Amino acid sequence: MSDTKVIDQERNGKSTWKFLADELKPKGKPFTWFNIISVPVITAGIVIIVLRFIHGLGYVSNIDQEVPWGLWKGFNVVTGVAFAGGAYVLTFIVYILNVQKFKSIVRVTVLNGFLAYVFYAGALVLDLGRPLKIINPIIGNSFGANSVLFLIAWHFLLYMIAQLIEFSPAIAEWLGAKRARKVLSSMTLAAVIMGITLSTLHQSGLGALFLMAKEKIHPLWYNEFIPILFLVSSVFAGLSMVIFEGSISKKVFADKISEKNKTGHKGIIHTFSQICAFAMFIYFFMHIIVFIHGKNWTYLNSRMGLWYLVEMIGFVLVPMVLFFISYRKVNITLAKVAAIVTMVGIVINRLNVSIIAFRWDAEVPYYPTWMEVVVTFTIIFVEVWVFRWVVNRMPVYNESPAWAKEHKH
Amino acid sequence: MGVDRRNFLKALGLTGVALGTGKQLGAAPAESVEDDEFYGILYDSTWCAGCQGCEIACAEANGLPEVPLEDVPEVGKIRKTDEHRRTVINAYETSQGEFFMKTQCMQCAQPACAAACLTKAMYKTKDGSVIWRENKCMGCRYCMISCPFDMPKFEYHSTNPKIEKCDMCFERVKEGKVPACVEACPAEALTFGNRRELIAEARRRIAEFPGMYHDVIYGEHEAGGTGWLYLSAVPFDELGLNTKLQKKSYPELTKGFLYSVPSVFVLAPALLLGIHSATKDKPAKEDDNE
Repeated sequence: MSDTKVIDQERNGKSTWKFLADELKPKGKPFTWFNIISVPVITAGIVIIVLRFIHGLGYVSNIDQEVPWGLWKGFNVVTGVAFAGGAYVLTFIVYILNVQKFKSIVRVTVLNGFLAYVFYAGALVLDLGRPLKIINPIIGNSFGANSVLFLIAWHFLLYMIAQLIEFSPAIAEWLGAKRARKVLSSMTLAAVIMGITLSTLHQSGLGALFLMAKEKIHPLWYNEFIPILFLVSSVFAGLSMVIFEGSISKKVFADKISEKNKTGHKGIIHTFSQICAFAMFIYFFMHIIVFIHGKNWTYLNSRMGLWYLVEMIGFVLVPMVLFFISYRKVNITLAKVAAIVTMVGIVINRLNVSIIAFRWDAEVPYYPTWMEVVVTFTIIFVEVWVFRWVVNRMPVYNESPAWAKEHKH
Repeated sequence: MGVDRRNFLKALGLTGVALGTGKQLGAAPAESVEDDEFYGILYDSTWCAGCQGCEIACAEANGLPEVPLEDVPEVGKIRKTDEHRRTVINAYETSQGEFFMKTQCMQCAQPACAAACLTKAMYKTKDGSVIWRENKCMGCRYCMISCPFDMPKFEYHSTNPKIEKCDMCFERVKEGKVPACVEACPAEALTFGNRRELIAEARRRIAEFPGMYHDVIYGEHEAGGTGWLYLSAVPFDELGLNTKLQKKSYPELTKGFLYSVPSVFVLAPALLLGIHSATKDKPAKEDDNE
């Protein structure tokens, strides 16, 4: 039986163009809570972005000569990339360690990772003073190869390509492109290996960005191990995000997820809580070593010292213990709580290194303007919109079409 | 499968060795500035009268707005360089009385800003100037994050913003002239010349008038050595300078990380492929694809 016929049936005999045109139309109810909140925010965000390009960065942002990186870099780029770490951890488990149990969530995680990078790279462009020159580090007329940021720029670019290749079989299945799917699937392993290598380097690289700001970051947060700490924390940051996202999707996209995968999801969260607990233990232990090595207790009796304790105890130690308990007691709800606490902790940690403890002693401390906050949320909301659009159309949660299953990837 | 395991362990061992050496390379002792054969400026704060002649000349030479008449150095007021002025003079009440201190980009021998710049817009020329090149800069402001002296300044209110900072009058020096501030200084507190000779001159002054000078040349070793060299009668922290800056150059701080990149790039894929083939042969009990 010819595959074209099967595909034709699935499209109800529509032509490719008609099919694409239909797919572009919105699906689902227009008045959900998410839509009601996100549409005004996105509208305001777009206006602010236009203002930013007409009047310059200073018009909408509070960043100044001493704190040149604000919320857009600290939250959207530095924090967001940590949360996107789930993709490389999961592809490592599924494609490198060949653990099939997690296969059902690989696609959604890779999609999430890919969109995160696209939108956070987009946030970076908004933050660039001279965005038209962004091609300079790419086309090679001026390679600053000894810059950590150069490494990160290239890694973002290459990693987006790798993730697009990893996700591409789903696009091919959506379009019914059988040949393309075969070719693209055969590239998955290469893309995964490339992707993991790139991830380890740029997750740590985001920490290495701040190595030269030795005198500017509070000593409780500055140490020569920032790159390794960033890398280790990206493991549990990414997995916590996967737990969080999975729990929401299970409700929102309930009709798309098969019963088998719904039951399987509990097993997945259970294993993740163990991985998170161990990764957090390593992370916490490294922090203790850094703390003792740097004789950092002298800084504890201050405002920043207290804030450090809040981060370390409230948002690393506590969720670590919660993950351990949830694993031992097989308590999925507790694992979800732990994931949320962990995520808050990651936001606090990344903002501490990049913004709060950066020039903590500045005469005029940096606080984001409301406009910066709105743009930050705009970027996240638009990302969720695109995510929802893709999930509603491509085989991400729902099963691949029958013709695709016949071929082993 | 046995071979796979062996290969895998081999790859693992190699990775370890490479990472180890990578680390060693990174930790190599920082070379101090051996190559002093570039220009610098010696600022002798004991001679400076705080007349702002340098500020006015700088603004004129670089097409910046004029210095307002009422904006004068006063004890207790810290004036800072910004996108409209590349140098400022501040007054300080010290243990030896009132002194002035000039601030501008220090022209580091190994500038953090140049190492940070991913487009080589920040660039240390052979002459010794650290210049900013408009056609390359994409405005990411990573140079501002990295500079230990906080000297690159950004035009936040422009749609095509520039980075402003002292470039030791790069164009004038190319034409054989001395920097505008040096030419303008009536007290001869500023001396332009070869950095090596300037250090010798500074030492000579310290040796000749031991009671007059604090026995340190600021900038000889700070941040790995800077083009600007300061002399003063009092310890430099009394003049608002950061005396706790590291003596190694700042790019050294990221060297360890950057050195590890090639080895990770070569070895991580090999390792991952090794693990993949070592685990692939397991009977796929949990495989969903029947």
